[in-house]
Amino acid sequence: MAEEKDILAAAVSKEYSEGFVTDIEQEFIPKGLNEDIIRLISAKKDEPAWLLDFRLDAFRKWRQMTPPAWGHLSRLPKIDFQDIIYYAAPKKDEERPKEIDPALQETFDKLGIPIREREVLAGVKSKVAVDAVFDSVSVSTTFRKTLAGMGIIFCSFSEAVREHPDLVRKYLATVVPVGDNFYAALNSAVFSDGSFCYIPKGVKCPMDLSSYFRINASGTGQFERTLIIADEGASVSYMEGCTAPMRDENQLHAAVVEIIVEKDADVRYSTVQNWYPGDAQGRGGILNLVTKRGLCRGENSHLSWTQVETGSAITWKYPSTVLMGDNSSSEFYSVALTGNFQQADTGTKMIHIGKNTRSRIVSKGISAGHSENSYRGLVRINPGAVNARNHSQCDSLLIGSECGAHTFPVIRNSSPSAIVEHEATTSRISEDQLFYCNQRGISPDDAVGLIVGGYAREVLSRLPMEFAVEAQKLLSVNLEGSIG
Amino acid sequence: MKYLLEIHDLHAGIAGKEILHGINLCIPKGEIHAIMGPNGAGKSTLGAVLSGHPDYVVTSGSISFAGKDLLAMSPEERSWAGLFLSFQYPIEIPGVSITSFMKAAVNARRKAAGELELSPAQFLKLLKEKMSLVGMKGEFARREVNVGFSGGEKKRSEIFQMAMLDPVLSILDETDSGLDVDALKIVADGVNSLHSPQKSALVITHYRHLLDLVKPDIVHVLKGGRIVAEGGMELADRIEKYGFEGIDG
Repeated sequence: MAEEKDILAAAVSKEYSEGFVTDIEQEFIPKGLNEDIIRLISAKKDEPAWLLDFRLDAFRKWRQMTPPAWGHLSRLPKIDFQDIIYYAAPKKDEERPKEIDPALQETFDKLGIPIREREVLAGVKSKVAVDAVFDSVSVSTTFRKTLAGMGIIFCSFSEAVREHPDLVRKYLATVVPVGDNFYAALNSAVFSDGSFCYIPKGVKCPMDLSSYFRINASGTGQFERTLIIADEGASVSYMEGCTAPMRDENQLHAAVVEIIVEKDADVRYSTVQNWYPGDAQGRGGILNLVTKRGLCRGENSHLSWTQVETGSAITWKYPSTVLMGDNSSSEFYSVALTGNFQQADTGTKMIHIGKNTRSRIVSKGISAGHSENSYRGLVRINPGAVNARNHSQCDSLLIGSECGAHTFPVIRNSSPSAIVEHEATTSRISEDQLFYCNQRGISPDDAVGLIVGGYAREVLSRLPMEFAVEAQKLLSVNLEGSIG
Repeated sequence: MKYLLEIHDLHAGIAGKEILHGINLCIPKGEIHAIMGPNGAGKSTLGAVLSGHPDYVVTSGSISFAGKDLLAMSPEERSWAGLFLSFQYPIEIPGVSITSFMKAAVNARRKAAGELELSPAQFLKLLKEKMSLVGMKGEFARREVNVGFSGGEKKRSEIFQMAMLDPVLSILDETDSGLDVDALKIVADGVNSLHSPQKSALVITHYRHLLDLVKPDIVHVLKGGRIVAEGGMELADRIEKYGFEGIDG
């Protein structure tokens, strides 16, 4: 080793290119949280009484609850829930209520999100339908009509409440109950918008569906709700992306995603999470406290989670699957990258209930700077889950000597015929690997990107093509300057 | 510029311990030079110092490469300037294919030279051409860099990379050790086919077999961190017969 210089130990410096603010007139409700605020949100959205009752019930439950403290997240601040604005929406042009505000159009253009169908049809972007959510409201959902022709419902959550209340009512909170956890209860009380998707029996969705979440206003939080239902024999690939401006304040994002997969249906859910991570000194950044869960309800149903987590100051997130149907299966593929002072506590739960259920977990943590990166997982095999199988692989990659990597795997097996396997590795990017790349003319930053990309390849290869390219880029950009 | 590489009174070492005690070595354009020496003589240290390995510290002396101050350049700048080191122990990079690795290397170099990146078709053509040079099959391009490679494959892969990057100075650090006769021939053919009046090579080795095949212009003997003898192939013959004992200038 060189004497004074540990070339692997310098802080991560990030270029966050999505950190701009859109200058647009917005309407806000007063900050704070109480029953009146909840009634106000519900009134803004013209909701039916049952949904207001749902919210109020959630709020009452939430008030009895305390925030979970078990995460390995020492930098998660005490959140003052009365100091947050729970609803912010761009003002509509009253003369042209159907038009997309040019400032919003420009924002999503800049982010590379196609919110007009003609951009996609012109072949510039890949074929994907988008629901774009800006602060508390969905501003555009593309290809609704095309998809409706096949019986597919893809719209904002608010529209689903208006147009398909029976479906929403039938499935809402069936996978993540209102009182499931502190943040899910909060979301159930104050959620403002999100995406709704229903794929009818036997229909294979012909294009990828996606939701894009953008936080813009300061002092606000984003609380979206996504509900995806794949009916018998249906299949869909769903993608989710997100970004936010750079600010010194923390902003709260507490979402709930519920997925119901019926018999023989197949859902692939991919996330590239790129919320503002805070600056190099750990100031600001999104607090990403999210509950995502799928229910493989029918026989032979299949749910695959793929997540690439590169953003947020704090990530608390465990996309999980309840394997209820016999022969159902699920996978969780995750890359979580933390740099600077970011902290991530993420993983999954695989709950095996049905016979011959199968799950696979591949988690790749990458820690740099002063960050903390934890994998937390539960594999539970219930007594009736005859011949259940799980394989978990949790790898950690450390860059530098100031960061931490932790794994908290829990296995509860009550089925004697089940087979559960767990593997874990921890490694570092070696100086020798870097030097080998440098000798071939690859700069230190590019070398780290290349090595990390190779390490994460098994997960990245699961992503839809365009997403994979984006994710690979994010990994490289977010590690720029991590070696000095 | 008479010499491509000029080393003057080079003192260098690792972890506070000096290993090279004043090396003088000049390689003119178009010549192949060999360095022979016993274990621990400082042969690999010289390769590491020339390529800029961060663990090695130069305490005094100078190195000029193509008229530039080599010691002021980072490892990647040295690579861009046309210096290539064939590693004695090539490093594994899991998950990264030979194709991605070489694409990054070739394009980084082109970028540094102010050239456009190769198109995928151009790159593929180059890749295939150089793979056939070292007798690598198509599947090789998809393999992860050095992962699960046999000793021979690793060395052939180094020569393949050398061919891809087309260096002006190739340093081969014991590329021949552990190779069977056929693999040795592939390595030698690689070196010979890349050689031109504009290019030079420095072949570091224990044995003369490789030297029989690449025919160096000059053989230097490195012992105890100093060049103790210089000559032609007759020096290699003498070492083959009598060892390094008694060669001390």
